[in-house]
Amino acid sequence: MARIFAYIVHKSGVVDDSAFELAAAARKIDPAAAPTAILTGSGSDLDAACAALGASYPEIWKIANQALAYPNAELVRKALLKVLPSDSIVLVAHEHFGIDLAPGLSIKLNAAFVSDVVDVSGVAGADLKVVRQEFGGQVSTHVVCNISTGAVVTIRPGAFKAVEGPAVNGSVIDKSSEVGTLTAGRRYLETIVAEAGDVDITKHNVLVSIGRGIQEKDNVAIALELADALGAAVSCSRPVVDAKWMEKSRQVGSSGKTVKPKVYLACGISGAFQHLAGIKGSPFLIAINKNPKAPIFQVADVGIVDDILEFLPELTNKVRELRGVAAK
Amino acid sequence: MEILVCVRRVPDTSENEIELNRTGNDIERDELVYSINEADNYAVEEALQIVARTGGTVTVATVGGEDDEEVLRREMAMGANRGVLMSDDAFSGSDGRGIATILKAFVEKGHYDLVLTGVQAEDGGAQVGGMLAALLDYPFASLVTSIEVLEGKKLKISREIAGGNKEMNEIDLPCVLSIQTGINEPRYVGMRGIRQVAGVAIPTFGAKDLGIGVCAVGETAAQVRRVDYFVPILGKGAEILRGTREENVDKVLELVAAKGGLK
Repeated sequence: MARIFAYIVHKSGVVDDSAFELAAAARKIDPAAAPTAILTGSGSDLDAACAALGASYPEIWKIANQALAYPNAELVRKALLKVLPSDSIVLVAHEHFGIDLAPGLSIKLNAAFVSDVVDVSGVAGADLKVVRQEFGGQVSTHVVCNISTGAVVTIRPGAFKAVEGPAVNGSVIDKSSEVGTLTAGRRYLETIVAEAGDVDITKHNVLVSIGRGIQEKDNVAIALELADALGAAVSCSRPVVDAKWMEKSRQVGSSGKTVKPKVYLACGISGAFQHLAGIKGSPFLIAINKNPKAPIFQVADVGIVDDILEFLPELTNKVRELRGVAAK
Repeated sequence: MEILVCVRRVPDTSENEIELNRTGNDIERDELVYSINEADNYAVEEALQIVARTGGTVTVATVGGEDDEEVLRREMAMGANRGVLMSDDAFSGSDGRGIATILKAFVEKGHYDLVLTGVQAEDGGAQVGGMLAALLDYPFASLVTSIEVLEGKKLKISREIAGGNKEMNEIDLPCVLSIQTGINEPRYVGMRGIRQVAGVAIPTFGAKDLGIGVCAVGETAAQVRRVDYFVPILGKGAEILRGTREENVDKVLELVAAKGGLK
């Protein structure tokens, strides 16, 4: 069985949660695997990140280089190519950095590539069998990947549960001297932090969250009226922001805000994992969607198969009625 | 600037419920409505906006069959200067690397300053753009949310990273960028526009035209293949309320109140 490596994302000396999920995925590929962590970076942040992995990875390869202080995928790829043995299996988290790094890395390693893997079925001979999702999670598919010349596999964050394995006392191996000078055709300039919006959706107990099912900009008012009646806020999924119907600050998901409400009304939201990734703290999730096969119904507590454009106004009327009675 | 945009025709998930076929080896495709992949449409719009500022042309290309010409025509109706189809029996069954290999051969026949793809297809792996860049040895950036053309054959771009933050980069041309949805507001394409390009010939390139060895692409070269489709079980599943709309409204209100949601 080929040697398994996990490329570890870290920031300010703290490793990303995915580091432990990749270790779990590695053991699911090969229960006997002693996966090796690879980290790139510089200075004390890199050393702190390496130290945090000692209990999960028997070997931690460290590549320190001033050019890698900020993770630029092109530079990281060049560094990895210097140290990775041929035919390796390389695991990378499927997030904004992994999407940048992994496809090109697979080409340069002449390895197979499979992305956004949510489960591993096993290995038979040279075939690694994994599970992926398509069409926003409406269907899954088994994919077979030939690993005879190695593989680069990106792993969906949150899909593998980090497991407490037997404690290992991992050792850090410094590979920095094998890398040399690094240059790239792309240069990092700065990070621009998201602007705060008019409404802070992270501070609300109840969110009326709308998705593509709201259909047009004018219909957003339907959700705003309900939220107003409930004393809630309106949040949304990505397609609503893409269409410029709501501000980016209202978006829940991996590329938007992380929210922890008590009640989450998912209205016309299909339930793509990028959206679900932004909902934390196990709120009571009520899904209203006219597509009975929408993946949101698999994770919701209560579901209603209906058109939100008709259902929400009736709900608003009822809330107002109740409030009116209560006021008297 | 000469811009190539690689696009794909995919089942439109806003128009279809995706179901399995009877043997479970594919999705049921008979009744599906197809359209251009959403992110690819944003990429074409971005290319059109860039050439409106800097001059140049926009070429849209796809790997597929005759049915795929409709998305090329749609993008030409949007304003793309030409559409190109890469089609050959030898291409069928290609994995991501195979598609990238075909596109690489096409890119090398022309002189493009910039190659755009959509970030991901509904049934894809966010892979072809990054692979194409590596095959061409061009710089690459994914999840691009803005492009500014600078002096000296460079671009300033932003990438979408976690939490709604943006990562700014400078990138040398020629390069490959994968475009995130929401980067712009794609223009509307009317029936009239589509009719105007209905008769335009779409050049087709096969393996021989592109100088691609048949062993390098297609099913035999594929390192990755789908075995079957199935419907995933993510959680225990919601309790579906099956009452009348009025009953459901009452129930939802009751639940929201019970969970502390009515102040």
